[in-house]
Amino acid sequence: MTENIFEQEQTRSTFQAKIWKKLWPFVRPYKRKLLTLVLLMVVIAGVDIAMPLFQRYAIDTFITPQTTDGLWLFALVYAGVLVVQGLTVVIFSRTSMVLEMSLGRGLKRACFVHLQKLSFSYYNQTPVGYILARVMSDTNRISSLIAWGLIDLFWAVAYIIGVFGAMLVLNVRLALLVMTVVPVIAVITALFQSRILRTNRRVRAVNSRITGAYNEGITGAKTSKTLVIEERNDRDFHQLTDLMHNTSIHATMLNAMFIPIVLFFGSLAAALVLQQGGYLVMENMLEIGVLSAFVSYALGILEPVQQMARVFAEVIAAQVNIERVTTLLEHKCDIVDPPEVVERYGDCFEPKKENWEPIRGDIEFDHVWFKYPDGKDYILEDFCLKIPAGQNVAIVGETGAGKSTLVNLACRFFEPTRGRVLIDGRDVRERSQLWLHSSLGYVLQSPHLFSGTVMDNIRYGRLDATDEEVYEAVRLVSADSVIQKLENGYQTDVGEGGDRLSTGEKQLVSFARAMLADPPIFVLDEATSSIDTETEQLIQNAISHVLNGRTSFLIAHRLSTIRHADVILVVRDGKIIERGSHDELMEKGGYYHSLYTAMSIEQQQ
Amino acid sequence: MPKNSLSRTFVRFAHGYKRFFILAIAASGLSILFQFLMPQVIRITVDSVIGDRPFALPASVMSAIDSMGGRDFLRTHLLFCALFVIVFSLLSGIFNFLSRMGVARGTEGTIRTLRNTLFAHVQRLPFAWHTQNQTGDIIQRCTSDVDVVRNFIANQLIEVLRTLILITTALTLMFSMNAALSFVALIFIPIVMLYSGIYYRRISRQFRDADEAEGDLTVAVQENLTGVRVVRAFGRERYEVDRFDEKNNTFANKWINLGYTLGAYWGLGDLVTGLQVLSVIVFGSLLAVRGSITLGEFLVFVSYNQTLAWPVRSLGRTLSEMSKTGVSLTRLYEILVARAEDEEENPGRAKPDLTGDIVFDNVTFRYETQSVLKNLSFTVPHGKTFGILGATGAGKSTITYLLNRLYDLPPDGGRITIGGVDLRDIDRDHLRRGVGVVLQEPFLFSKTIEQNIGIAVQNPTLEKVRRCAAIADVDESIIGFANGYDTMVGERGVTLSGGQKQRVAIARTLMLDAPVLVFDDSLSAVDLETDARIRDSLRQSTGDSTVILISHRISTLMHADCILVLEDGAVADIGTHQELISRPGVYRRVFEMQSDAAKGGPRQ
Repeated sequence: MTENIFEQEQTRSTFQAKIWKKLWPFVRPYKRKLLTLVLLMVVIAGVDIAMPLFQRYAIDTFITPQTTDGLWLFALVYAGVLVVQGLTVVIFSRTSMVLEMSLGRGLKRACFVHLQKLSFSYYNQTPVGYILARVMSDTNRISSLIAWGLIDLFWAVAYIIGVFGAMLVLNVRLALLVMTVVPVIAVITALFQSRILRTNRRVRAVNSRITGAYNEGITGAKTSKTLVIEERNDRDFHQLTDLMHNTSIHATMLNAMFIPIVLFFGSLAAALVLQQGGYLVMENMLEIGVLSAFVSYALGILEPVQQMARVFAEVIAAQVNIERVTTLLEHKCDIVDPPEVVERYGDCFEPKKENWEPIRGDIEFDHVWFKYPDGKDYILEDFCLKIPAGQNVAIVGETGAGKSTLVNLACRFFEPTRGRVLIDGRDVRERSQLWLHSSLGYVLQSPHLFSGTVMDNIRYGRLDATDEEVYEAVRLVSADSVIQKLENGYQTDVGEGGDRLSTGEKQLVSFARAMLADPPIFVLDEATSSIDTETEQLIQNAISHVLNGRTSFLIAHRLSTIRHADVILVVRDGKIIERGSHDELMEKGGYYHSLYTAMSIEQQQ
Repeated sequence: MPKNSLSRTFVRFAHGYKRFFILAIAASGLSILFQFLMPQVIRITVDSVIGDRPFALPASVMSAIDSMGGRDFLRTHLLFCALFVIVFSLLSGIFNFLSRMGVARGTEGTIRTLRNTLFAHVQRLPFAWHTQNQTGDIIQRCTSDVDVVRNFIANQLIEVLRTLILITTALTLMFSMNAALSFVALIFIPIVMLYSGIYYRRISRQFRDADEAEGDLTVAVQENLTGVRVVRAFGRERYEVDRFDEKNNTFANKWINLGYTLGAYWGLGDLVTGLQVLSVIVFGSLLAVRGSITLGEFLVFVSYNQTLAWPVRSLGRTLSEMSKTGVSLTRLYEILVARAEDEEENPGRAKPDLTGDIVFDNVTFRYETQSVLKNLSFTVPHGKTFGILGATGAGKSTITYLLNRLYDLPPDGGRITIGGVDLRDIDRDHLRRGVGVVLQEPFLFSKTIEQNIGIAVQNPTLEKVRRCAAIADVDESIIGFANGYDTMVGERGVTLSGGQKQRVAIARTLMLDAPVLVFDDSLSAVDLETDARIRDSLRQSTGDSTVILISHRISTLMHADCILVLEDGAVADIGTHQELISRPGVYRRVFEMQSDAAKGGPRQ
């Protein structure tokens, strides 16, 4: 399924250092924390190794010689070590969490900042869900693996080395005996872990499909009822739950097999120690306390070995996550301001407004050729058009004919493949993107609002506007009566994406937002949506106010907007086939004529 | 809510899977038994075979050992003892596996039944229920709450039993060896449980906070991405990054705080568990020196004590999980007890021919608080095209809802009849198949376009699908997609424009060949030209179906045989287009406004 195009990216099975190296810039600021953690892990591993020694000491010093001399001192030292252990755990888990979150925060921020610079062609080709997964879940996985996983790895390695050191000191022969099971357990764990990870990923994928199915079943309930397809939906859903059932059981089976197998090899080691060590004790070549310590070691080594293999499997699996994030970060922007422009005008985060020339609003297309980065054919070929400041340009044509292209070029959301776009006589590429964008007003077909209040959303147009200025902008687009009617007036929460407002209300708010910005250039992508006649009238008023005296592009459906435009461009199949004023075009009797009469006959018959 | 019926509701889902749970419990018990026998073997080997303590074993086991050759045989064949260790460990492992598989089969089966039941039930709940409940909330219940229940059954339920068996077995064995030492070990159990319980509660609260912070951050990123055009057009990159930083920091700090609590919890936990082991070792040594226990017993004691530590620590957590699961069960129960459509008082059983006149007879209808239709009476003659004009909130959509029984008229709300039969007496599914409705905001399923159009009929042919698509003027657009009719729609496929969606929905309804067709403002998102084309082809293809057009566009309605003007839930006027524009009223006013707009409109 497409939702998991990610999952289908090839999963590599080998460790690749160059992928991990890309993370270094993000890890570097925290290298001291990382070092602290490594040291702490060595301490913890040391304490863990020392634990069975206490038992051995008790047996050899107190129980075997039948004396209690020094028992209390022993208890005190033991307790002291426990306190040290407890404290180390506290410090280590806090440090780890700080490391994880700082790393994640850095990665997320880098992604987000980069996304603010990426061009529209990227957004047009990439679904929001994909990007979101990269920014949120992938970064989470990477940082948690580095903070906790690698730490576990250090602990395991330190523990294993320490235990073998201790065992070698105590008895070389028994130590070698225990060592024989280690590679076996490591191999088994590695085999199982990669399989378990894969199955778990499948379970998650099916699970998200189930969530999707519930979402459809619930949001589509009305439609299902009207079409009487409940049973059909049930059947489709059963296929999913069956799949979930089987995948989950498979996942559990792998887990249920894995643990007992590892434990079995652990007890195998213990049994070997018991047998071989037993003879040694009988021949008085080994103290009985050492034997008991060895049995504990044989059983205790299981966990670190498992841990090591598990983390290794995760490290390999996480390479995919790193690749996704770094691919996003390395994605090139199609539109970049050259260094000399940035130096003079600043970039989109640090503008140098003192150097900005004021915009008048003359726009000129100078022999422009254009095709979309993902398209094959030229949409504009040697296109020339001069728009003096204050003129209104209407672009008309059927749904899907490609009316946005000119707007995208004039706003520098895309750049011409050949030729130039001039603003106030200078190539747009000579000034910064933000310089132009700050002078734009933009009202979209389906207006997008941000969560927050109506007030917040209007103020988005000019962040330092006073309340009075906001009210004034609202009055200018005659949206005051509508906003006052809302539950909490200006303080009404618009919901996620503005969902709690009707389309008409959203449009009025977005007009007010654009009005507040008071831009010299204005773009209106007109909606053909379901708005009742009275709101429609308000919006008509708003439009005529906003357009007054500004250079504007109108992707127009309303006949009134079209008729009053200074220039009309007629688009068909992505190309501009006619241009002129309304009267000129009507006289010509071409495609515009038939388009217009079709529309007006519809309404006047 | 009666707790009793709640538990009965859920036990029902486990029906047919009980044997798996029983298997799991039995296997779990055996696994623990062998898990405990293994250290015993080590003890006897160290104490009595390698050492020279007398065997303290039941007579039957002794005689078995003697028959093999007694202690001397074992001393020379330590391999035998080692084999027992291996065999017991193997058996413990096998039973452990069986127990986990039993749990998995039982759990997954039960949860599958629960999921299926929830899905089927939610779909069949009345439309009114759906409007009263928030989609997000229902989905959350059906997914997260089900997961909570699933995790509890899969991980905790058996674990509780296991822990109890483990603790009792360990304690019995320990007490049988030495009571005083057992008390020392026992004293720590309530302390550990209490402390993990308290901490767990605190941690879950912080977890919830941290989760919410993550949700906030996700929303912030998502809104920035979907609103990227607005952000760029206003040059608000700096502002957006600042806002993001704020949420990103909150998110990180919440987790760091959680890390502080967790660190304290883990550190303290290790300390307490360690102290318990320490006490057992120190007191054990004292007792061993005094001769109250043997060295082997001491070793076994220590190992049993270690087996106890972890389950006891998790028991406190299990208790908290249990209360969480209780909450989730209640939330699911609330959905399951809501009454489905066919469980209502008047399901309706009649399946009459639906090709008659539709009569609204003095219909009055109100939602909860808001009155929508008032004494509404009119007749839609069979086979005619009937238009309804009205402003937003005039009650247009309510008429659609009543017509296919998404809502039922209350007993005193008048009557709606088709061919003389009261709608409330007609079987819902039969009625809905006969009254084809295209909704204002159509919903398409995540399937291919072909599957979407053919979804409501059995074995649709591509030919018919294409014919209906052509009538809805969307065939050409579909052919234009790279995968044509196999193009996936929705979340996981292409995004159709509002107009394309509406047209696909029209084609889907046309597939029904319904005697009554209702278009509830279903051409609002297509441009006027396309609107006209569709209505033309509809006129030619719907034959003697009754067609009801609901709109606020005059151009959509003007060709209807009869037009009803709805104002505030009552009939304001009724007649043909010509009649309605010849007299003053809402219709003429709207007509003039819309044609003004067409001519150029007033421009202030």
